[in-house]
Amino acid sequence: MKSFPAGGVHPPQNKLTAGHGIEKLPIPSSVVIPVSQHIGAPAEIIVQKGDIVKTGQLIAQSKGFVSTNIHSSVSGKISKIDTVIDPQGFKQPAVYIDVEGDEWLPSINRDTGIDSNVVLTADEIINRCQEAGLVGMGGASFPIHVKLKIPEGKKCDVLLINGAECEPYLTNDHRMMLEYGEEIIIGVSIMMKALKVDKAMIGIESNKPDAIEHLKKISSRFLGITVHALKVKYPQGAEKQLIKSLINREVPLGRLPIDVNTVVQNISTAYAVYEAVQKNKPLFERVVTVTGKSVKNPGNYMVRIGTSIQNLIDAAGGLPEDTGKIVVGGPMMGKALKNLSAPVVKGTSGIVLFQEIESNRVEESPCIRCGKCVSACALKLEPYLMARLVEKGLYERAEEEGVANCCECASCHYICPAGRPLLDYLRLGKQTVLRMARERAAKKQAI
Amino acid sequence: MSRLLNVSAAPHAHSNETTKKLMYGVVIALVPALLTSIYFFGYGALIVTSVSVASCLLFEFLIQKFLLKKPLSINDGSALVTGLLLAMNVPSNLPIFIIVIGALFSIGIAKMSFGGLGNNPFNPALAGRVFLLISFPAQMTTWPQPLGFATKYVDALTGETPLGAMQRGALDALPSTNDLLLGHIGGSMGEVGAIALLVGFAYMLIRKIISWHIPVSIIGTIAIFTGILWKIDPSQYADPLFHILSGGVLLGAIFMATDYVTSPMNHKAMIIYGIGIGLLTVVIRIWGAYPEGVSFAILIMNAFVPLMNRYIKIKPFGEEVKNG
Repeated sequence: MKSFPAGGVHPPQNKLTAGHGIEKLPIPSSVVIPVSQHIGAPAEIIVQKGDIVKTGQLIAQSKGFVSTNIHSSVSGKISKIDTVIDPQGFKQPAVYIDVEGDEWLPSINRDTGIDSNVVLTADEIINRCQEAGLVGMGGASFPIHVKLKIPEGKKCDVLLINGAECEPYLTNDHRMMLEYGEEIIIGVSIMMKALKVDKAMIGIESNKPDAIEHLKKISSRFLGITVHALKVKYPQGAEKQLIKSLINREVPLGRLPIDVNTVVQNISTAYAVYEAVQKNKPLFERVVTVTGKSVKNPGNYMVRIGTSIQNLIDAAGGLPEDTGKIVVGGPMMGKALKNLSAPVVKGTSGIVLFQEIESNRVEESPCIRCGKCVSACALKLEPYLMARLVEKGLYERAEEEGVANCCECASCHYICPAGRPLLDYLRLGKQTVLRMARERAAKKQAI
Repeated sequence: MSRLLNVSAAPHAHSNETTKKLMYGVVIALVPALLTSIYFFGYGALIVTSVSVASCLLFEFLIQKFLLKKPLSINDGSALVTGLLLAMNVPSNLPIFIIVIGALFSIGIAKMSFGGLGNNPFNPALAGRVFLLISFPAQMTTWPQPLGFATKYVDALTGETPLGAMQRGALDALPSTNDLLLGHIGGSMGEVGAIALLVGFAYMLIRKIISWHIPVSIIGTIAIFTGILWKIDPSQYADPLFHILSGGVLLGAIFMATDYVTSPMNHKAMIIYGIGIGLLTVVIRIWGAYPEGVSFAILIMNAFVPLMNRYIKIKPFGEEVKNG
């Protein structure tokens, strides 16, 4: 079974919702759609208060190449344009829409039949993805069209599809693979066409044998697409680790997958590509796992973007009495939420409700230099040392030790028997060191 | 919403591994060796162990409470491990006051004066042992014979250790491999019973308390080094198996050199550290004044650990591009 050699941890998987089929969440009475749901420049709002919009209609236009369009996820009337605090905790402009019915743009093909005949050319596919506002669905929300457009002088020889879903609790990708396998494989072949590669590899952690089996069966009908079981080990689904596991290439420090001739996309992204290209449907809904040990009806819900997280939690049986923490994303890299009115965005993969007793950090004690963080680091850095240096304010030394390369997978923090908040220090160090590097560059330019 | 929610940065999960669990894991791993030494040395082993553990805990408590005025951490298990290991490193008929002095040195000087757990450069139990060996050479090298509960704590029949026999050149008087494995030999409490120590090793590997790197590189180095000497002249040098099974090699390699605080952080440095201990041990045993060299070897290598942590680095992921 394929895996990356160094580091990694084995958190309890808690995939409570693996057996729960995707349910469509009823459309809420109002939605709030933020303009920045991606990495890059925020989109520019092109609608006004009082406008009537249809489902799938463009409401905010992308600004520049690294940016994406934002579409209305419902039909109705724009009640206001204001700000909202998104699930990441940032305040940003947003379009508030009161829902009236569900009238889709006529250009969207709502026929659910599988359409495997790809007529668009490579450039048309990339343009369509850009128009449809597609971003990576795995969490980082990087605009898809940027990744599909190979920069001048680079080449791509294999497309990698991330179905690892290594975060505990989350099952949205798993369910997508089981229920939309056909569409996903077609989506993969569409991206292969856009990238002009004849090979694609899908990596899935071996704790999802049904998904592996299912996609293997479907992909056997497609030329060049293979499915591979990956060892269950966090962070198997991290981009660099996945590349190492599947094709044994190491992305050089500070570089991108394209520098080792590959592009990585997520399973759910492949589905979104299928919908955009074959059905002309912009990205305005996604599957979100709502789960937790005390949640009454945990499940995987197909949700319109902009639906409040409160709505989702209500659908899952309401907030359990013993909730101590609400996390958007998985327990390893997700963000703790402050308010439940935050909207679901394109990158929201799951909501995990932790019980009070699970939600406190462990008590901190002195580092005993056991070296477990060094062994757990997927990038073979030395977290204990970088954290100590940051703690003492020795940022230059922390930079020498490579703190800026930390991918924030949290394996070190997870494993630390002394309960030291390693990742907190590493993040602080990384931010500071990157800022110092920018300042140095600016100074150099000034001279 | 009236309820207060926790908001903290990721990760929101923890392995549940704690310092305390790791330390008590080491204690469990020491149980077979402890039982073996009680079996062979009787009440003396019990007395020495109890006194050593009790005084280590007491000194840590007193120093934290009255000198450092810091929060107490005596239940984290580290002082317990130091106490057990100190006991394992001394003869089972050592007078009580000497044990107490050893515990005071281990905890007071070697551990707490550097800032307590996590900050001590030298293994506290070994520092205590070597302090006693230098201060009380006679008592520290009088070894009761392994007669079980017939072994008296005071005025015991004494004998020599296998390494002592080797030191005076009596290669034909060395115990059999069987006796070495089972522990039917003279020596420190923890030096007897190779099998019991190996059981502890297996347990710690399975529980992932330690990794194989340090013990295997120490034992491997000793095997190769003494093997070469033995090949050159078997009449003058003991065979590698004897070297590994006698004295403190197993106890040192498995329990002392792997002490978290005083050993290197990455696997590469761990192996170099282990090789260093192995080489020094053989050099001291064969050409040094003391019959046994494991303690000194580990302490000397402890001193190099900060340097090793600074300069022996593993290659970060992606630093060297290996495509294939």
